Amino acid sequence: MKLVTAIIKPFKLDEVREALSAIGLQGITVTEVKGFGRQKGHTELYRGAEYVVDFLPKVKIEAAIDSSLLDRVIEAIEGAARTGKIGDGKVFVYDLEQVIRIRTGETGKDAL
Amino acid sequence: MKKFLISLALGLGLLSVGSFVWAEDAPAAPAASASAAAPADAAPAEAAAAPAAPIINKGDTAWMMTSTLLVIMMAVPGLALFYGGLVRSKNMLSVLMQVMVTFSLIVVLWFIYGYSIAFTEGGAFFGGFDRVMMKGIWDNAAGTFAPAATFSKGVYIPEIVFAAFQASFAAITCTLIVGSFAERMKFSAVLLFCALWFTFSYAPIAHMVWFWMGPDAYASKEVVDAMNAKGGFLWQMGALDFAGGTVVHINAAVAGLVGAFMIGKRIGYGKEAMAPHSLTLTMVGAALLWVGWFGFNAGSALEANGFAALAFINTFGATAAAVLAWCIGEALMRGKASMLGAASGAVAGLVAITPACGNVGIGGALIIGFLSGFAGLWGVNGLKKMLGADDTLDVFGVHGVCGILGALLTGVFNSPALGGPGFVADWVTATGVTAADYSIAAQVLVQAKAVGVTIVWSGIVSFISYKIVDLTIGLRVSEEDEREGLDITSHGETAYSR
Repeated sequence: MKLVTAIIKPFKLDEVREALSAIGLQGITVTEVKGFGRQKGHTELYRGAEYVVDFLPKVKIEAAIDSSLLDRVIEAIEGAARTGKIGDGKVFVYDLEQVIRIRTGETGKDAL
Repeated sequence: MKKFLISLALGLGLLSVGSFVWAEDAPAAPAASASAAAPADAAPAEAAAAPAAPIINKGDTAWMMTSTLLVIMMAVPGLALFYGGLVRSKNMLSVLMQVMVTFSLIVVLWFIYGYSIAFTEGGAFFGGFDRVMMKGIWDNAAGTFAPAATFSKGVYIPEIVFAAFQASFAAITCTLIVGSFAERMKFSAVLLFCALWFTFSYAPIAHMVWFWMGPDAYASKEVVDAMNAKGGFLWQMGALDFAGGTVVHINAAVAGLVGAFMIGKRIGYGKEAMAPHSLTLTMVGAALLWVGWFGFNAGSALEANGFAALAFINTFGATAAAVLAWCIGEALMRGKASMLGAASGAVAGLVAITPACGNVGIGGALIIGFLSGFAGLWGVNGLKKMLGADDTLDVFGVHGVCGILGALLTGVFNSPALGGPGFVADWVTATGVTAADYSIAAQVLVQAKAVGVTIVWSGIVSFISYKIVDLTIGLRVSEEDEREGLDITSHGETAYSR
């Protein structure tokens, strides 16, 4: 099992969600985050006070998947989230040790 | 100690309420501004000579009550939101509290003694005690209401309405100061300071600039000198301040700046992010200020007449011009016009036109507004850096700078040669100064003196008041409290649920 985490541009969320549903993913978790990489921030000016804002708003998607789906999931995310400009984001893949469904107590692949 | 103070406060409170209820004497000698009894026709008091009981003008009274409401709205919620949106969310409620409770405190003090020491006959710097507890302002047994003079002979409004209108002025002036030391001052210290400053700076300066015997006191040439001598110090000097450039804006701005210096900068100032948390609310506040200010300025005419109309339209034009000027200035300076800039520009224009509104022509008002937009922009940028104090919400940068500018330009654009109405040179005949006799230089000098007196007086009173508060209660909250936010630590509340 794998945990796939992707940081994407916020306006790409709907596209990515649809792409993941299309390959059969049942559920994902979404968080609003901020961060920066090569995409630079901006400056805000309030009367005389200047603020350099490094952080940009991003969206983090997490999905626990069966290892067999990994390649298709990565392809789906990349395809949907890409704009070609700096700041498109990254996908991280973690090994997932255990998954438990709280309602029924199922574990492992049955819980995905 | 705390219990003792609470009991004392309750006791005093009950005592004052009691005095209100039981001490309604027959109307005292007419309050100075009502002044129906000039020495000439004083003799047969009851056997009324030509004017019987002065007739209250209904239109003027209705307008003045409306104006009072507009000024109250300027403070709550106008100024509260304008200021509140500019601070961090952890301090939002503390700003709203400081504005609302200070406003309320000053209104009560005004009723108790403030109105009397500002607007009754006394000396050139302070009034008297004739209207303490609003004594004599109406006679509940006879059902008569003391009249207050306007600027037209024989035209009156109830003195109660005049007192209420002025109460809103006194109260909003004190709430202006709050912006300078926002996000770090103790709540109790705010209230104590405002009570002291109101007593020793607001009331006397209001008396100095605005107190006079009223048009009906000028019944004949013989009494002119005697009547003039009873006016406030700056009024006698000929200073023109229609709605309070000196009394309200410069007065409060200096108090704010002194406070910013004495209290010190916010922790993390210059290093940590202290961006406004809601410019949306700030804009709402600014809009309420603009709308309400029509009451502040046009209501200062005391009548619903041509001069109120002039003040009204000038408040409209100057503010609009100032918004444009600030936006243009910002666009030139940094490439973008901002919402905060537009809102600040509006306030800058409103401040500058305050002393000028009924004293200048429409063109003059547009110019004053336009210049004040740039002046305010400089006040919150260049001047702020020069001064080096953490005047949190730029009270001096906007109210001080634009108040001074407006006060000085009033002396310029009041001139009939520049479209202004001039001033009344002879109150016996109510004739104005002619264009030929008008000296802009002389009037600007008078304005400058009034500005100077206000700055020095307010500065000294503020310094002493802050010192007293510092030595008794302490001015500032603790570092941990400031970091956590005043909403939680001073008021036990959060503005926005997480």
